[in-house]
Amino acid sequence: MARKKDQSIPGAVRTQMLRYMLMAREFDTAMLRLYRQGKAFGGVYSQLGNEAVSVGSAMALDRTRDVLFPMHRNIGGHFVFGQSLDQLMINHLAREGSQMRGTDGTGHYADPALRIYGNVSHLGAMIPVAAGFSMADAMRGITTVSMTYIGDGGAQVGEVHEALNFASVHKIPLILIIENNQFAYSTPNSMEFACEHLSDRALGYGMHGVTIDGTDVELVYRTCIDAAERARRGEGPSLIETVTMRMRGHAEHDDFSYVPKQMLETWSAKDPVERYIDRLDADGVIARADAEAMRAEILSQMIEAIDRALEKPWPAAEEGLRNVFMTPAGEQH
Amino acid sequence: MQMTYLEAIADAIRLEMRRDERVFLIGEDIGTYGGAFKLTKGFLDEFGSKRVIDAPISEAAIIGASIGAALNGMRPVAEMQFMDFVTNGFNQLVTVAGTTAYRWSIPVPMVVRGPSGGGVGANPFHSRNSEAWFAHATGLKVVCPAFADDAKGLMTASMRDDDPVVFFEHKGLYRKIKGEVPEGEYIVPLGKARVVRPGTHCSVICYGSAVHMALAAADVLAIEGIEVEIVDIRTLVPFDEETVLESVRKTHRAVIAHEAVLTAGFGGEIAARIADKAFAYLDAPVKRVAAFDAPTPFAPPLEQAVLPNSEIIANTIRQTCSF
Repeated sequence: MARKKDQSIPGAVRTQMLRYMLMAREFDTAMLRLYRQGKAFGGVYSQLGNEAVSVGSAMALDRTRDVLFPMHRNIGGHFVFGQSLDQLMINHLAREGSQMRGTDGTGHYADPALRIYGNVSHLGAMIPVAAGFSMADAMRGITTVSMTYIGDGGAQVGEVHEALNFASVHKIPLILIIENNQFAYSTPNSMEFACEHLSDRALGYGMHGVTIDGTDVELVYRTCIDAAERARRGEGPSLIETVTMRMRGHAEHDDFSYVPKQMLETWSAKDPVERYIDRLDADGVIARADAEAMRAEILSQMIEAIDRALEKPWPAAEEGLRNVFMTPAGEQH
Repeated sequence: MQMTYLEAIADAIRLEMRRDERVFLIGEDIGTYGGAFKLTKGFLDEFGSKRVIDAPISEAAIIGASIGAALNGMRPVAEMQFMDFVTNGFNQLVTVAGTTAYRWSIPVPMVVRGPSGGGVGANPFHSRNSEAWFAHATGLKVVCPAFADDAKGLMTASMRDDDPVVFFEHKGLYRKIKGEVPEGEYIVPLGKARVVRPGTHCSVICYGSAVHMALAAADVLAIEGIEVEIVDIRTLVPFDEETVLESVRKTHRAVIAHEAVLTAGFGGEIAARIADKAFAYLDAPVKRVAAFDAPTPFAPPLEQAVLPNSEIIANTIRQTCSF
């Protein structure tokens, strides 16, 4: 039954999803290497194990009219929405040409032309903002699906509750993906929440909710297409819990020794990227050897993008002293 | 025409909503009920439920959704039923709204407005003056009008500004203060202080309800031969340092007054600027009049003991002038 459904996704789309997942994976590999070399400063937040969630969800949107509010482990979504490798690398490394002028780093940038609005470090803070973005279009008679993300830890922040209730009351076309990757920094699920599934909360908000395997990119894709269709029909927001595993520490300074080894081994067998390569190979969409060639090509693009980014100077120090306001005193509109 | 402070604010918002369809209101009980202070009475009938949005009791969602709408080209005006409740949406204002221009170079044109201040026998949770928090936050403009005409003109300017504005309306002035307000479009630019009363012996730098306390003090002192100059700064951010310094250079004395608590209040900032840039002109130490460092209490005698008043301001000016 599941296999039959799979075949309704065109081969080209499936290949594209694999490409984006490999881009996310190799971006991650590259950032970890840069961190160890002391060339990436601040926090490097690996998304290893999250490729299927970020790619499958963003692929379900129409990037010409929907909007993406990614979180720090959603690198795949940036590529799906058309961000260039070079720009993403420059933003992460805070070099000249960063869309944040060096005022901030990682994936915190916004690119209105690409309909990407990054996160802040305060978990959950961007969920009401994402809801408000869609609400503005609703006032103009336009349906814009807004997709955003939170973790198993971040889901405990009060603003998440306010945003979901608000979105449901006002039937806002919002999709919130809860990436349950088992640990919030060092804190396990059992110390973060007491319900069985985080999507159970949807019932309390009067919205659609579902918990799915977050290592299965096509399941994520289909589930999000369903949620987007509900939103476009005016049925309001959806809450989708995707269950996966954070395969590294909170950030790279963290040796994640608190994670039981057995747990990592179990989830390693469900690696979303390897799993998808096997599936596409078995379905005759793309042979494993060709997938590996694709990975090698992406890796070399990644290395070139890093070199180009590192050749760029730091932003001018004066950038730090500008633009606190759009209109300083005396420039009244 | 003659309007109360409250009517002037409503007039500014109504005119701007007629002029600019990007402006909408969001808040608690603002639609059918017309707001806890009835400031938005009649707005739902005129503008409809798409532009006058009754929200759940969720200040973070109200402010957060306003930020999102502002990012998407709207110009929201969010009401805090009492400005005290902005604490529940503090993260949205400080973390998101106040950093967006700096990080993204994208405007967040929005106003968060509501009644603040004490003196009306409310309680610690309906009386706070929290403007200094936002002046310290970076990236937020902070407005505190004292008069009906300024309330209208500054509200219009705030709604047209491309930065997030926190607009403090003093609830004690809502119906007590009435004045001549220009009809039709009226703008008072942010960042321009107003010399409310010219004088030569001592400057009183103040804003909000303290302006009225200072005016009462000045009337009394005029009989004693002390001519007080009152400078209403009107906006904390941007701060019109030049007008303040100009006044102090003329009078050589400065008393700073605000209804908010003393410690780490905005008066400390004003005093530091004067000490830094007009020290040589001073004939007396800069003095501050502010609330006692406590929550605003409920029972009237306690509240009167905590809040500043015109007698304290008058006495402080007398001390300063006889230094």
